[in-house]
Amino acid sequence: MTAPIAEIFQTMAYGPAPESAKPALDWLNAHERTFGQFIAGRWTQPDPSRLFDSVNPATGQPLARITQATQDEVDAAVAAAREAFKSWSQTPGHIRARYLYAMARHIQKHARLFAVLESLDNGKPIRETRDLDIPLAARHFYHHAGWAQLMDTELADCAPLGVIGQIIPWNFPLLMLAWKIAPALAMGNTVVLKPAEWTPLTALRFAEVCEAIRLPPGVVNIVTGDGQVGQMIVNHAGVDKIAFTGSTEVGRQIRIATAGSGKRLSLELGGKSPFVVFDDADLDSAIEGVVDAIWFNQGQVCCAGSRLLVQEGIAPRFYAKLRARMEKLRIGDPLDKAIDLGAIIAPPQLQKIARLVEQGIAEGATMWQPSWACPTEGYFYPPTLFTDVSPAATIAQVEIFGPVLVAMPFRTPAEAVALANNTRYGLAASVWSEDINLALDVAGKLKAGTVWINCTNLFDAASGFGGYRESGFGREGGKEGLFEYVKLKPSRVDPLPKRIAPHAEDGAAANPPAHNAPGNGIDRTPKLYIGGKQARPDSGYSLAIYGADGAAIGEVGAGNRKDIRNAVEAARAAAAWGDQTAHNRAQILYYIAENLSARRAEFAARLVQQTGCDSASADAEVAAALDRWFTFAAWADKYDGAVHRTPFRGLTLSVNEPVGVIGIACPDEAPLLAPVTLMAAAISVGNTIVLIPSERHPLSATDLYQVLDTSDVPAGVVNIVTGARDELAQVLAEHADVDALWYFGSAAGSAMVERASANNLKRTWVNYGQSRDWFTLTAAQQAEMLRQATQVKNIWVPYGA
Amino acid sequence: MNTHNGRNPGVPLDLRWVEAARVNRSAVERRAATLPTRRSVKQAWQAAWLLRAITLMDLTTLQGDDTPGNVQRLCAKARRPVRGDLLEALGAHELPIRVAAVCVYHAMVPVAVKALAGSDIPVAAVAAGFPAGLTPLDLRVKEIEYAIEMGAQEIDVVISRRHVLAGNWGALYDEIRAFREACGDAHMKAILEAGELATLRQVYQASLVCMMAGADFIKTSTGKAAVNATLPIGLVMCRAIRDYAARTDHQVGFKPAGGIRAAKQALDWMILIKEELGDEWLRPSLFRFGASALLADIERQLEHHVTGAYSASFRHPMA
Repeated sequence: MTAPIAEIFQTMAYGPAPESAKPALDWLNAHERTFGQFIAGRWTQPDPSRLFDSVNPATGQPLARITQATQDEVDAAVAAAREAFKSWSQTPGHIRARYLYAMARHIQKHARLFAVLESLDNGKPIRETRDLDIPLAARHFYHHAGWAQLMDTELADCAPLGVIGQIIPWNFPLLMLAWKIAPALAMGNTVVLKPAEWTPLTALRFAEVCEAIRLPPGVVNIVTGDGQVGQMIVNHAGVDKIAFTGSTEVGRQIRIATAGSGKRLSLELGGKSPFVVFDDADLDSAIEGVVDAIWFNQGQVCCAGSRLLVQEGIAPRFYAKLRARMEKLRIGDPLDKAIDLGAIIAPPQLQKIARLVEQGIAEGATMWQPSWACPTEGYFYPPTLFTDVSPAATIAQVEIFGPVLVAMPFRTPAEAVALANNTRYGLAASVWSEDINLALDVAGKLKAGTVWINCTNLFDAASGFGGYRESGFGREGGKEGLFEYVKLKPSRVDPLPKRIAPHAEDGAAANPPAHNAPGNGIDRTPKLYIGGKQARPDSGYSLAIYGADGAAIGEVGAGNRKDIRNAVEAARAAAAWGDQTAHNRAQILYYIAENLSARRAEFAARLVQQTGCDSASADAEVAAALDRWFTFAAWADKYDGAVHRTPFRGLTLSVNEPVGVIGIACPDEAPLLAPVTLMAAAISVGNTIVLIPSERHPLSATDLYQVLDTSDVPAGVVNIVTGARDELAQVLAEHADVDALWYFGSAAGSAMVERASANNLKRTWVNYGQSRDWFTLTAAQQAEMLRQATQVKNIWVPYGA
Repeated sequence: MNTHNGRNPGVPLDLRWVEAARVNRSAVERRAATLPTRRSVKQAWQAAWLLRAITLMDLTTLQGDDTPGNVQRLCAKARRPVRGDLLEALGAHELPIRVAAVCVYHAMVPVAVKALAGSDIPVAAVAAGFPAGLTPLDLRVKEIEYAIEMGAQEIDVVISRRHVLAGNWGALYDEIRAFREACGDAHMKAILEAGELATLRQVYQASLVCMMAGADFIKTSTGKAAVNATLPIGLVMCRAIRDYAARTDHQVGFKPAGGIRAAKQALDWMILIKEELGDEWLRPSLFRFGASALLADIERQLEHHVTGAYSASFRHPMA
């Protein structure tokens, strides 16, 4: 292997620089290269009849044999987690913090073993596991040790969820484990985690860490196997939440499978992230950014910058620089310290990449690869650049999950934003420009959970990571990530006696005083309210509304799917509401309260007429509604973001952005207060909404649009469609241009909404048929509503003169 | 493309190109920090690279207490930088292992020229008001002429940092042009003293203007400032060289100087050159280390490669 020194002196070639695999292989051998499951702090006996290989992708040779978990084993793991939850959830934060700290320390102490094992199992370069995966994993445990310590004070209103089922992918095996386990344990939950079947080894080594630090049995359980095992976890009745990272397709299946179960869900899914280079960027640095964006981990990264958008004037020069850079990339043995690209995870993935590249060529794009050849042993694919790609090309739309970059030019910042957002994904984006005005403006307009300015693929435990659109929902990291693992303490949610007016058939109807009946004068016909205009329902039908005494008190439009369509379009067209200053929005919310207050008696009378409550209750509900407008007007300019303390010279800006268009299906109780609360929360932070009032008592909501009209609410910010709630909610749930749906109705309706939302993986917030005390709105509940109304975008802005 | 021994004739000052320069410090620092983690040279390759490093070295002494005695000693070391038995053991005894040049103050040029007679090792002289560059222009030019008269074949000039800080590119261009003219056939290295420039963008811009004005090499530092050769500065200068070559077809050399003392640092710099400029640049005609103490560490590493045991400085003849 050794070339003579004199010869190397002339060629100045790189030689091999291998990291030894021996300690990792010794560890595997000590386990006879065979592993069971880690359940309740014990290892199950491997059953020879259901072992499968974990393979080294760089050689194609098996590394170890792993057990396919059975239903019994998954049951046992969930039971162990359930049992452990009893004490773990009561364990003081400081003690939980000590365990998490110990995990961080153990990962650091055995960092090189983890790094080598990860590289062997996954095929990624040792440089990456050594310098990124493993240190970031340790950092995640450190950071969350701190959250465990602080939970009692910083999340005083929160309680753990219970048993968390966690399913992680093969691209960052230990790091994804850390992202899942650290926050779950910090918040007092216990877990059943399934590593990907292709890369289970570091998770199994981590189980030994749990043993070494004497983590109470059952707090962490690790079961291995393929997607069937994942399904067992997803469908398990004893699991309170599923946290999944993986493909959008599987995420969609999980959304459908868990619909209506009451299981909480967070999904971190695919992406087709844009990498935008303006003509005033530091181009050579942007080239290195591209390398880190798409050739990090062979492009098998959910947030890989796989769509290169280059300003037209510099595109040819940029492509030339890029090709020259690609020629310098080195591919080969992942354990060689001097290679840039390792192996692709497995043959199916390799074939998928090759197939999509073929398709790209067939569709007319220009493909370029470096002149050097890949190793013939193992699963390798060369870095690949496509130019002459149009947005219509398959390779510009689908996630390739490989070292393949597609490039296209743009003319203006506006066009860059439009192209960047021309995708159903929204995980991350990278923007390169030396003009801070331009860069921050574009960052604000990109639909992505993370935007890196003049940098890319930076991660830290202190900053949330997660997607917009079909890249999933929920955040991992930062304080925003903790809320995926807690619920509001029940004692604070429902402390007051119900003050909800009884329904007519509940038998307590009071006859409204005749002089209060709004119907006394000229016939008033509430219409739908769409785009700031009163609209007749498309159906041409009306629905009779009955009062508490059973008498008809009016009619509302029978809205249908076309009305919903129109309302969503109006809401989308009003998106500028989110760009208004928060101060402006607050002023308008106060003004709504002012105008509602002027009609207080009328709104109270309407409540009495509809629900038969006494007038004192009715007045109390109107008063509460006024209070809500003030509450959310107050929040409008105060629910702001943060600057995260990431280990980085720059600002990591955590921005609370509106979700977008939110559908809101209102409950029958509190027919004024419920819609006002939800409406105020949603629009205060800049969302536009399509609201379906109570099916039974819609008139309080329809009465509101006159108030909105007189309060300078821009057309389309609030749209109201009356009619059959669940039918209309389903249209909203399936609508691809609705970003979130809040549903307060039946259990069956909640399940329907969650299931139908899988269409575009919109965020949902449903009540599973539980009623809510609308008269109580604690600080924690306000915060919860505002979280539902926003999505966190983290913008990384490095600086340096 | 011109040959390695060719000169950079320079091009007219192109202010649009200079003004269009953009350098992002954070991104440059990230690239510079990860370069040595992305490449590693071990064993025989390391030994061979270190031998190459010796041939890329401007063995330097630029001290106020330099005398003919220590300059002569330095020149003797330049001729025989590595113990013969080590070269033999490395299988490198037939390679032309000697340093690229000896770099001294102008007053020491005659001593060095005499000491190196017959060796083909050129003498490089620092000139033009080194290190501050604040003497009158005509005196700086005279200094160059003097050094050449005394037999220097390479001239390391310092630029006027004030022209860079003020964005006075025309003045900088004219100054370097004048130096270049005074240099005649001697190769000219322009020292940016990058540690005294305000931003990395200015480092790039100053590199560009010096190359446009005909510098054969651009050099990071005098070794006399608080910040000398750092990898981020070197990366920016290499990128300027690359851009200049792409646009003009002229290859300009690069010389980091100041603070490069360890063999590992030398390898990092060579990796930077190989990655950013290519193997072509890893020759004395296009790359030099300005170094005094580096050679001693390289000798120890070479002996370690031969014996497998760590070496000590006193085992190697001092400069």
